[in-house]
Amino acid sequence: MRELKILGVVILFTLITYWGVEPFAHSQMHAHHEPATFKYEDITPLGKKGNPQRGAEIFANAGCTGCHSVKSQNLPAPMDPVAASASYGVNPPDLSDAGALYDPKYLAAVIKNPAHAMKLDHKFNENRPFPMPNFYGVGGDLDQEVADIVAYLQSIAPKEVEPKEAFVNACGRCHDMKYDNWYVIGPKPKMDTELEEAQFNLKHAEYQENLKKYLGTNPPDLSMYIRSRGHEYIRDFIEDPQKILHGTAMPRVGLTEEATEKVVTYMENVGDRKKEKRESLGPLVLLYFIIFALLAYAWKQKVWRDVH
Amino acid sequence: MAQFEKANSVYEWLDQRLALTKLTKVLMTEYWIPKNINFLWAMGVVLMTMFKILLISGIFLLMYYKPDTKLAFDSVNYTIMQEVWFGWLWRHMHGVAASVVFLVIYIHMFTGIYYGSYKRGREMIWLSGMLLFVTFSAEAFSGYMLPWGQMSYWAAQVITNLFGGIPFIGDELVIWIRGNFYVADATLTRFFMLHVLLLPLVIMGIIGLHFYSLRIPHVNNQEGEEIDFDAEAEKFKAGRKAEAKVIPFWPVFISKDLFVLGVFMIFYFYLVFYHYNFAMDPINFDPANPMKTPPHIYPEWYFLWSYEVLRGFFFDVGPLSAMDIGLMAFGIANVIFFLMPWLDRSPVVAPAHKRGPFFIWFWVLLVDMIVLTIWGKLPPTGINAWIGFFASITFLGLLLVALPMITKQEAKRAGGAA
Repeated sequence: MRELKILGVVILFTLITYWGVEPFAHSQMHAHHEPATFKYEDITPLGKKGNPQRGAEIFANAGCTGCHSVKSQNLPAPMDPVAASASYGVNPPDLSDAGALYDPKYLAAVIKNPAHAMKLDHKFNENRPFPMPNFYGVGGDLDQEVADIVAYLQSIAPKEVEPKEAFVNACGRCHDMKYDNWYVIGPKPKMDTELEEAQFNLKHAEYQENLKKYLGTNPPDLSMYIRSRGHEYIRDFIEDPQKILHGTAMPRVGLTEEATEKVVTYMENVGDRKKEKRESLGPLVLLYFIIFALLAYAWKQKVWRDVH
Repeated sequence: MAQFEKANSVYEWLDQRLALTKLTKVLMTEYWIPKNINFLWAMGVVLMTMFKILLISGIFLLMYYKPDTKLAFDSVNYTIMQEVWFGWLWRHMHGVAASVVFLVIYIHMFTGIYYGSYKRGREMIWLSGMLLFVTFSAEAFSGYMLPWGQMSYWAAQVITNLFGGIPFIGDELVIWIRGNFYVADATLTRFFMLHVLLLPLVIMGIIGLHFYSLRIPHVNNQEGEEIDFDAEAEKFKAGRKAEAKVIPFWPVFISKDLFVLGVFMIFYFYLVFYHYNFAMDPINFDPANPMKTPPHIYPEWYFLWSYEVLRGFFFDVGPLSAMDIGLMAFGIANVIFFLMPWLDRSPVVAPAHKRGPFFIWFWVLLVDMIVLTIWGKLPPTGINAWIGFFASITFLGLLLVALPMITKQEAKRAGGAA
C-alpha cells in the first residue's frame, strides 16, 4: 500500500508539471481564436438562381480565359507558370475544379471583388490594383450574371476531387511541397541531364522571385506543416488567415469545409506519411509490454515469496 | 601463476580464463541490496534501460543523419522519418526517451534527497550522479540542435550567448564555442561530434563510476538503517532468507526491477506512439531560419526551472545589471545540488518524514521547482515576472540558507539525544 501511495504522489506531481508546461503554458502563449465554421458569414448571398448555360456564355465573353485555363473543357493556359507569374505575380488557377472546391458564396464574391473577398484590402487599392479586375457585368443584371458563372463552374466541376488536387489548386501555386515533389511551377520530372535539372531550378527560382515581389515574402514549403502546426490550426488558418496572422499576405481562398479537410488530408499524407503504420504498430508494442509486465510480476512474486 | 587444466566444457574453459563464476557472484548473485526498499529503488535500472534505448536508437539514426545546415533538416524529417524502414520509430523513440529520461532522473534525484542517500559515505554516489545529470543535460542540449529546426537554432543562439556573460573572456568564449561569430554550420558540426562521440563516452565512463561508487557504502534503504552487509549476507547464504535484511541483485532485486521497468515501458511506448508532441516540439518541425525569431523561445521542459532562475532577476540592483544577477543565479542553480552533502549539516540519515522541518523543506523545494518549471515557459510579463522572481529567490534561499539552518538544528537535537 505504501508503494501505491508513493506512486500516487509521483504521478500527481508529474501530471501537475505536465499540465503546467503543456496545455496551460500553450494557452498563455497563443492568443485564442474562434474555430473555423466555413460559413463565410461576412459575405451576403446573391439570392439568385444561376443558369449554367448562360453562365458558359458569359464566361466565354467576359474574358476569364484570357488568364485562367479550364483544362477539363480543353481550354489551355494562355501562358506557362513562369510567364504568368511575371505578369500577375502568381500563376492564376485552373478553374476546372473551382465549383467543387470553393464555397459558391465566396466564388460569387471573388468574381465581383477579388481583393475584398480574399480579405486583402490592406494590400491592394486603387494605386495598386489586384491583378484580377472586378467583374462589372456584360450588360445585364450583375448579380444574375455572377450567379450564372458560378452555376456554370459548378456544372463542369467533378463530383470528387482528390486531396492532392485540392492542395495543388488552392495552395500549390504559392507553396512548395517538396517532400511530395510538388513545386509552385509543377512536379519536378525525372531529369536525365544536369542541364535539364538546372533549367528546372532556374524556372523555379524565377517564379519564386516574382512571387516574392508580389507577396513581399516567399510562402513556406508546407511539407512538415502538419507536424509544426497541426490539423486544427491549419483548418482555422485556411478559413481566414487574417484572423490568426493579422496582416499576412496570404489570401482567404474560400475553400469549403470538405475541400479544406482534403487539403489537410493531403498535408498529412505528405508530412505524417507513417501515421497509419504508427497507429497500427502502437497497440502491438503496448500489448508486448503488458505481457512483459505481467510475466515479470509473476516472477517477482515467485522470487520474493522466499525472502518475506 | 594460475593452473590451467583441460576444460570439460566451453564454460569451464572460459571460467578458467575469465573467472566467470566469480564475476557473476561479484556483480549479480552476491551483490547485496537492502530488502527494505520500494519501487523508487528501481529508477536506476529504468535509467539504464532508457540510456540503452537512446544509444541503440541513436546508432540507427546516425546512419542517415547529415550534420550539415543545408541537409540536416531534410535528413531527419524526410530521409529518416519517411524513407528509412522504421526510421520514424527510431526517431520517436530517441526523442521521447531523451525527454522522459529527465523525468526519471528527477525522480531519482528527489528520491536521493528524500531518503538522505547523499551522505554518510554516500557522497561519491551523489557527486557522480550529479555529474551524470550535467553530462546528460549537455547531451540533451547538443542533440536538440541536430534536426536544425527553428527551436534548435534559436535555443543554440540563446544558450551559447549566455557564456558571453562570463567576465573578461566572455565574448571570445562564445566565438570559440560556436566556431563562428554566429550559430552556423561549424556550430552544428561540433555539437554533432559532442552528441555522438565525446559526451556519450564521458557518460558511459561516469555511469561506470556511479555504479562503482555504490559498492563500498552500499545502497540506502527506506529507513536509512545502517546494515552490516557482511553479516546479513551470511544469513541469506545460510538459507535464512526471510530473516536477512539484504537480497542479492540477481535474481531478487532484478525481479522487482523488471516488473517496474515493464510498467514504465508501457507508459514510455504510449508516449512514443500517441503522445509525443511534448518531447518533439511542433515548432522544431519548421526549418531553422536565422531571419525569423520565433515569438516564444523556451528550452525543453527539463531545463525550464534553471532557465527561470536565469530570467527571474529582471531588474538592475545598484551597479549590477539584471542580466548579470540572473547569470550568477543561473550559475549557482546549476552547481548547487553538487553541494547537497555539505549544505545538509546533519548526520541523520532517515526518510524526510522522520526529519521534521526537513520534511517541510523537501516539499517546499519540490513545489518551488515545479513553479519555476511552469513559469519558465510562460511569457515573462506582468505578474509572471514577479512570480518567477520570488520563486527564484525562494529556490536560492531554500538551498543556501534554509537547508544549512534546518539541518544544523537537527544535528544539535541529534547530538543532544545521543
